[in-house]
Formats: sequence, structure tokens, C-alpha cells
Amino acid sequence: MKWATRAGVHIDRAACAWLIRRHVDPRPEFVFVADPNEVPPDATPFDMRGVDLSHHGTDCTFETILRRYDLHDPVLWKLAEIVHEADIEDGRYDAPEAPGLDVVLRGLSLVLTDDHRVLELTGPVFDGLYEYYRRVLLLGRPPA
Amino acid sequence: MVPTGEWVLLAYRVPREPSTPRIAIWRKLKQLGVAQLGDGLVALPADARTREQLEWAADDVLAAGGTASVWLARPASTAAEREFAAQMAAARGGEYAAVTAAADAAATLSGAERQAAVRRLRNELRRIGRRDFFPPSERDAAQLAVRRLTDPDAVEREPGSIAEPAPGARS
Repeated sequence: MKWATRAGVHIDRAACAWLIRRHVDPRPEFVFVADPNEVPPDATPFDMRGVDLSHHGTDCTFETILRRYDLHDPVLWKLAEIVHEADIEDGRYDAPEAPGLDVVLRGLSLVLTDDHRVLELTGPVFDGLYEYYRRVLLLGRPPA
Repeated sequence: MVPTGEWVLLAYRVPREPSTPRIAIWRKLKQLGVAQLGDGLVALPADARTREQLEWAADDVLAAGGTASVWLARPASTAAEREFAAQMAAARGGEYAAVTAAADAAATLSGAERQAAVRRLRNELRRIGRRDFFPPSERDAAQLAVRRLTDPDAVEREPGSIAEPAPGARS
């Protein structure tokens, strides 16, 4: 499937692209656009104004995708708290990881101009975060 | 003449009733640190992040049954730009001064209470820093007051040392 979002991805869009690849569509093709009018007709837009897979109420797009695709995995919802605080910073969740992750993503966007490359580099970061919090959930404490 | 910078503007109108979404939008804009240009017209120095923030705010306004549009604009005079920058710096200055006062008050605490105060004030400094586009003179004092809670020997940083960059700082 084809997915479209705004160019210059930051935390929410990078996390959503990872979420889509891992839990929604194993062979996604991502398109980055500067203007909503440039979204290809066969692409599903996300994290853009006026589309369904976007911010809704107090939810960031990552949370919206979890709801729309009925993803109830508690580990994903833990990641959603971090993404939410890194993106919106409204203090809804206790996510001390968020400010650090936000800075890492902002730093990457300063040295990379290719959004595909950002997804390549951030994919393993989210894989690792997922595995870490999966073990936290199983062990009931931080692993190692 | 020094060229003026680019600003992102949100022109909006929210129905008076119900008041809950109207207040939520107002709080959100306040949290973003906008300059108030007039009734229903707010601005931030333009960058990718501030533009996105006001676009999401515009969506909130539409969802609340209001009308909203986002604009990119340049003040026609440097004087006008300086006035908005000064307005924003003064607002942040008040917030930093409140942190300084709270840190001074927390200096009498000890143990867990003191640690909790440090955590809270550091978070507050971070939140203010995110909306501090034109750092006021009160910033250094607030940072120093909070640092002194954990390091009594802390001194003011030398000019030119690494401080938290202002989010939209332009050289």
C-alpha cells in the first residue's frame, strides 16, 4: 500500500511510519509531500490536517492509528505515551523518555534531508524501544 | 534596514458557547507562547515546528465549530517586529521570575521535598524554554536559582557557554 505524509518528518510521523510497517502493512511505500494537494490518489494520508489518520481531540496521530486499526498491544500503548509527550508535550502522560527522543529526532532532521533515510535510521530505534518495554511488561521491571 | 523575519499567523474565531473548547484552545495557544496581535489573531516566529503547531491549533478551532486560517507573513516594519518580540520576551520574563521565586522558596526544603521541587522546576524551565523565542534577561537567573538547589556553588555561566537554544532562534 501507499502512504503519504508531510515532508520533514519528526517524532510522530517517524513513529507512525514504523507502526504502519510493523503492525498494519508489512510492505508499505511512503510518499512525502510538501502540500496536502500533492497526496497521490492511491495513497492513505496520515499526520496531515484534515485527514482521518491525524490528531483527534487530545490524541496524536500514533494514538489515532492504534485506535483505527484496533491495535490493543499494551507495549504499543506505552510507546504511544512517549510519542505523545515528545510530540504534544501536554503532560498527559509521565514519559521522561520523551524530551530525549524529541531532541534525537530534531537533531537527525538537521543532518538528514531525505525522509526515507530518517525512517531507515529511526526504525531500529523504535524496534529497540518496543523490545525494551515488552520486557519491562513481562518482567515487571527494567531489563538488565 | 534590517529585514524582518517570517512569522506564522493564526486568524481564528471560536463560538462563545460552549466555553470548554474555547478555553482549551486559549490554553493551548498560551502554552505555545504566541504573541497576541489582536482579537483572534496570534503569531509565532515561523519555523517548521511553529507552523505545525498553529496548523494543529487551527484544526482544533474548526473542530470546535469555529473558523481559522494560517498565514505566513512579515511585519512591514522592524519596529512592529520588535514590539511583538518584546511582548513575548516580557511574558516569558514573568514566567522565569516565578521560577526564580519558587526556587528561592524551595531552598529551605530538604530531602525528598527538595528533590521533588527540583524536578518540578526543571520541568517548568524546560516548558518555558520551548516557547521562549526571544530569551529575556530573567532566564539566566531562573536557571541559576534552580541549579543552586542541587549545586550550591553554581555560578552564572560565562557568556558564550552552551545554554539551551531558543527554539526559533535566528541569527
